Amino acid sequence: MRDVAVIGVGCTKFDELWDTALRQLIVDAGRKAIEDAGITGEEIDALYIGNMSAGRFVDQEHIASLISDYAGLAASFHTPATRVESACASGGVAFRQAVMAIASGLHDIVIAAGVEKMTDVLPSETTFTLATAADQEWETFFGATFPSLYAMMARRHMHDFGTTREQLAMVAVKNHKNGCKNPNAQFQKEITIQDVLESPIVADPLRLLDCSPITDGAAVTVLCSADIAKRYTDTPVYVVGSGHATDTIALHDRISLTTLYAAVFAARRAYQMAKIEPKDINVAEVHDCFTIAEILAIEDLGFVKKGEGGKATEEGLTAIGGKIPVNPSGGLKAAGHPVGATGIKQIVEIVYQLREEANGRQVKGAEIGLAHNVGGSGGSAVIHILKR
Amino acid sequence: MAAAARFWRKIPQRYNLIGTKCSACNKVYFPPRYICPVCRRAGKIEEFKLDGKGELVTYAVIYIAPRGFESQAPYIIGIVELDGGARVTTQIVDCDPKDVEIGMPVKAVFRKVNEDGESGVIYYGYKFTPMR
Repeated sequence: MRDVAVIGVGCTKFDELWDTALRQLIVDAGRKAIEDAGITGEEIDALYIGNMSAGRFVDQEHIASLISDYAGLAASFHTPATRVESACASGGVAFRQAVMAIASGLHDIVIAAGVEKMTDVLPSETTFTLATAADQEWETFFGATFPSLYAMMARRHMHDFGTTREQLAMVAVKNHKNGCKNPNAQFQKEITIQDVLESPIVADPLRLLDCSPITDGAAVTVLCSADIAKRYTDTPVYVVGSGHATDTIALHDRISLTTLYAAVFAARRAYQMAKIEPKDINVAEVHDCFTIAEILAIEDLGFVKKGEGGKATEEGLTAIGGKIPVNPSGGLKAAGHPVGATGIKQIVEIVYQLREEANGRQVKGAEIGLAHNVGGSGGSAVIHILKR
Repeated sequence: MAAAARFWRKIPQRYNLIGTKCSACNKVYFPPRYICPVCRRAGKIEEFKLDGKGELVTYAVIYIAPRGFESQAPYIIGIVELDGGARVTTQIVDCDPKDVEIGMPVKAVFRKVNEDGESGVIYYGYKFTPMR
């Protein structure tokens, strides 16, 4: 198996981008990544594109062809392109497909991208589409919403481990603070614990400021075989671990409501491949679609013991400058969550961190970073470990 | 609007809590499974009717409701553990959110769940209510 490196990254602003269509978002991010890598279109062997639901969000399927076309690759080079779907983990899983394509020796230079255009339909339609990541026949049919699934995990975590409402809020406060330093973040505004506790209830115990927003955006990475990486850049970032796992699609069928075993198993596989342990990670981007999700993530990744995620957050362990800084980009909460793009944006942030280019939010001396991307309420998860 | 088959196909489960049991490992599954996740092809899946009595494992109170559920908000959604460990996601009704707690005993009742627009199918199913 060949080693793989990331040689270029690019990202659009994450926001409600009413002027920009899906096809333009991905081209804008792609241009940045390709210029960052210093490659030409002709050198690209294949594209893997994470996207949850262009069909529902913009009434467009077959977007692999569309994106190859609008990237100027289809007519000239007939570049193979594949769309990858795993709900909110689509981006991370697309990245893994690119890694495998290069590791296998089939391709040398591959694009892993993610894009979601969520504001072309009314918010009620957007939230309906997001809820299709849950079991449509046995969860949402009975009135469950996506926030309510995470609210049920939060309730159980509070019940079992004494996690407090304030500790949940502290995740949002931290991530908003980090987001202020990320020019691509949707929200660049600090909030207080009080702001979170006084925001409207969405699904009790979760409130509006516990939830990641609805976002348009795209992110793109350029990967190549590690042996040719230095031809393109002096600062390649190596993909040393990749882990992917599934769990039952319905939350109620899981053996635990406070552990996402898809994340636990994906992490175990990624750590094994990288031959490292959780304590070796210097910086992590984790899937904080809701505040409780970041608390579960830092436990499932082994950064803290199960049940101690709330306390660790309160003690500042996950802040920039803490023992294991989590979500320096602002996470999904502040940077925004264009679902298919999120997993790629996490990789982009880790690459910036490992190249020491994360101005204002840099984790000093970071050498090993981790990206944790979850699909649905935990039906899938994909984890990558990168090293400079 | 969805085709009616999508709803009547589920009548045994949603009206009468018909699940399945694997007679090889005795695990109960609801909704029905076609393959036992423990025994896989060595398992033997048989029809099994749950008695509808269980315990609340966790819950949330939904204030921002999805399409078609707006008039019901705020309402309680929970996960209930039934016979043999089978769990369902369900509304908890006929009680105030402040009286609900993890571990409380509940039982299934038959209710209207929603309707598919003004002229579509009205669909029914189980909800759960506190056992008093």
